[in-house]
Amino acid sequence: MASALIAYEKKSNKNKLKFDTVKFYFNKGQNMPKKITNRFSVSYLQILDENGKVDKKLEPKIPDKDLISMYRWMVMAREFDERMLKLQRQGRIGTFGPSIGQEAAHCIPAYLMNEKDWMVGAFREAGARLIRGETMEQALHFYNGYEEGNAKPEGSNILPVSIIVGAQALHAVGIGYSLKYRKVKDAAVVTFFGDGATSEGDFHEAMNFAGVWQVPVVLICQNNQWAISLPRHKQTRSATIAQKGIAYDVPGIQVDGNDPLAMYVASKEALERAKSGGGPTLIEAVTFRMMMHTTADDPTKYRTDEEVEGWRPKDPLIRMKTYLINKNIWSDTKEEEMRAEVKKEIDEAVKNFEANPSFDSALVFDHTYGNKHYTFEEERTEFLAERAKEAENVKA
Amino acid sequence: MSKLNMVQAINLALQEKMKDDDGVVVLGEDVGVDEGVFRVTAGLLEKYGEERVIDTPLAESGIIGTSIGMALTGMKPVCEMQFSGFSYLIMHQLEGHASRMRQRSLGAWSVPLVVRMPYGGGIRALEHHSESRETFYAHIPGIKTVIPSSPRNARALLVSAIEDPDPVIFMEPKRSYRAFREDVPDKIERMELGKAQIVQEGNDITVISWGAMMRPVIKAIEESQKEFNASIELIDILTVSPLDEKAIIDSVMKTGRVVIVQEAPKNVSISSEIVARINDKALLYLEAPVKRVTNYDVVTPYFSRELDFIPSQGRIKRAIKETLDF
Repeated sequence: MASALIAYEKKSNKNKLKFDTVKFYFNKGQNMPKKITNRFSVSYLQILDENGKVDKKLEPKIPDKDLISMYRWMVMAREFDERMLKLQRQGRIGTFGPSIGQEAAHCIPAYLMNEKDWMVGAFREAGARLIRGETMEQALHFYNGYEEGNAKPEGSNILPVSIIVGAQALHAVGIGYSLKYRKVKDAAVVTFFGDGATSEGDFHEAMNFAGVWQVPVVLICQNNQWAISLPRHKQTRSATIAQKGIAYDVPGIQVDGNDPLAMYVASKEALERAKSGGGPTLIEAVTFRMMMHTTADDPTKYRTDEEVEGWRPKDPLIRMKTYLINKNIWSDTKEEEMRAEVKKEIDEAVKNFEANPSFDSALVFDHTYGNKHYTFEEERTEFLAERAKEAENVKA
Repeated sequence: MSKLNMVQAINLALQEKMKDDDGVVVLGEDVGVDEGVFRVTAGLLEKYGEERVIDTPLAESGIIGTSIGMALTGMKPVCEMQFSGFSYLIMHQLEGHASRMRQRSLGAWSVPLVVRMPYGGGIRALEHHSESRETFYAHIPGIKTVIPSSPRNARALLVSAIEDPDPVIFMEPKRSYRAFREDVPDKIERMELGKAQIVQEGNDITVISWGAMMRPVIKAIEESQKEFNASIELIDILTVSPLDEKAIIDSVMKTGRVVIVQEAPKNVSISSEIVARINDKALLYLEAPVKRVTNYDVVTPYFSRELDFIPSQGRIKRAIKETLDF
C-alpha cells in the first residue's frame, strides 16, 4: 500500500516563514506506514507585498519601460471593466463578468507572451485579451451578443471566450501537443480558468494529459475565492490549488496573484520551462473577485462587505503604483495623463462600436458548416423570407 | 480491388490518410500497441510511431478536448471512442466547443476532427456496448453524423470524413465489422457526406435504412421481391445528419409507400425526422402511412434478450407486406 506525506510551506503576510505540515495516511491506526515513500512540497511566492514593500532578494530585473507598460495595461483593464459595468447598467451591452481586482493575475502572463504563443482563456481575462491583440470593439461586440467579437485578431493566436467552465484547459493541452509535434520553436500555450474549474473533470484530465504528454502549456488558475456563490473552502478540501499539480507530476506554485512582480517571475519561469521542453506548469494565482460573478449576479446574497473590503488594500494596481513611485519612475501627474489617455481610447472604442450598423443575421447560416449542404440553403431562404415578412409587419 | 471486411476497409482509409497527410493522427484508448479492441488500427503504430498513434489516458472528454486543440492548429485528429456507450462524457466538448467553434468565430476557427465509435448490438457484449444513439449526435448543429453500412462505403466515407472541414461523428456498426467482405477498390475512393445512396431502384415501395440494419433489410427485400412480386427501392441514408432529404422525397414521390428501418428506439429518432420531412414535402404523394420498424422505447436489454428488440428480417418483411397491401 502506498503512502504519502504532503508538506506545504506557507509564507504569511507578515513575511515570516511558517511551516505547516499536513499528513495524509492511506492506512490508519495500526497500519500506519513505516516508511515515507514520497515527500512533496508546495511553494508560495510573493515579492511585492500589499504595502508595496519589495523583497529585494526576489525582486526581478525588469526594464522600466516594461514595468510602466504592464501597469498601463492593468489600468486599461480596470478602466475598461468599469466602463463595461456602466454600459451594462445603461443597457448598452449584455451580461458581463468583470475581472476587477484580478488584473495582475491575467495581464502579467499575457504581457510575457509572444505572437507565436496561444492564449486559451475562460471569461475573466478581459485585460489579457486586449494585451494579446483583441480590440475593445471586439469585446464590445462579444458582450453585445455578436459573434464578430470572436474574430481572430491579426497575427495573434487567441481562442474565443470559453464559458463552459474548465473545458478549454483540454484545448490548450491539444494545442500544446501540436506545437510539440510540429516542433514549433519559442511557442507555448497559456490557459486561464478559475478555482471553480478545478472541480471539473476536464481540469483533471487536462492536467493528466499535460503531464503524460509533457506539452508546453502553462495552466493559470485565477483563484478568486468565489465561484459564483461557492467559496473556495467548499470547492475543495485541498489546502492549496497548486498542490493539485503534484498528483499529475505537473510543477505547481502558489503565487500572490495580486502581486505583479510575483506573477511576472512565476509566469516567466513557466513559459521558459514550456519552451525549453520542460513541460507544463500549474500556477495558482491567489486573488479576489472584487465584483459580482457577472452583472446578472448579486453577491450580497452570499458574502459580506467586510470580506470584500479586507481585500481592497491588496489591490494589484495600488501595489504596482507604489512600487513605480518608489522606483522614481512614476508620479501622480504621469498617472493622470495616462488615465486620461486610456479613457480616451475607451471612449473611441465605444463610439466606433455604437456607430456600427446592425449585422446580417443570415450569415450565421454561412458558418455553421465549412461546406454547405443544400438543406441549409433552403433554411436560409426560408429565414430571409420570414425576416422580410417580420420587417413588413413592423412597418405596418 | 481487394475483398475486405469493414475492419480492414476502415483500416485502409486510416492508412491512406495517414500516409497522405502528416497532420492526421489517431488517438484513443488502446489504439496503439493493442491496435484497438476491434483491431481497426492494426499496423498503424508500427508504421507511424507513437507521436501519430497515441495511446491516451482513459478519459473520453480528454481525448476529444485535446483533439479540438490539435484541430484548431490545423492537425486532423481521428479519435476513437472504444464503444459509443462510453462516448457520453464527450458531449459537452462536442456541443459546447467542437460543433460551434466555426460559427462562434464566424469562420475564423474550425475543428476538423473525426470521432470514430463502434455502435449497436448483436455481438453478445456486456451492458453499454449495444446502443444505437445516433440521434444524440444528429441533433447537434455544426457536426455531421455518418454511419456506413458496408466495407466499401465505410472506407470511402471515412476518407471523406477525414478530409471534411468540420467535426464528423463516424459511427461504425460493429455487428457488421467482420460479418461480410466486399470488393474495395485499391485506388482511394470518396463518398460525399450528406448524401444518401440509392442502393437499388424500384417503383412500388421505398425502404429507408442505415448502418447495421442494412443487412437484414437487404435480405428482407430479396425475399419480398420474390414473394410479393414487388419492385422495391432501397435507400441507404449513410449520413444521418445533415439528412439527404431530396433523395427521400424524390423516391417517395415515385413509390408513394415507405418503410423506415432503424436499430435505435423510436422516440425522437432519425426515423421521426424522416417522417416529418416526408410530411413537409411529399404528404400528398403517400398511398399508405409511413411504416417504422424500430427498436422499442426501452432501456437496451442485456445481450440474451437484445435481439428480440432489434428489428429482424421477419419484422422488416412483414412491414413491407403491410405497407404494400394498405
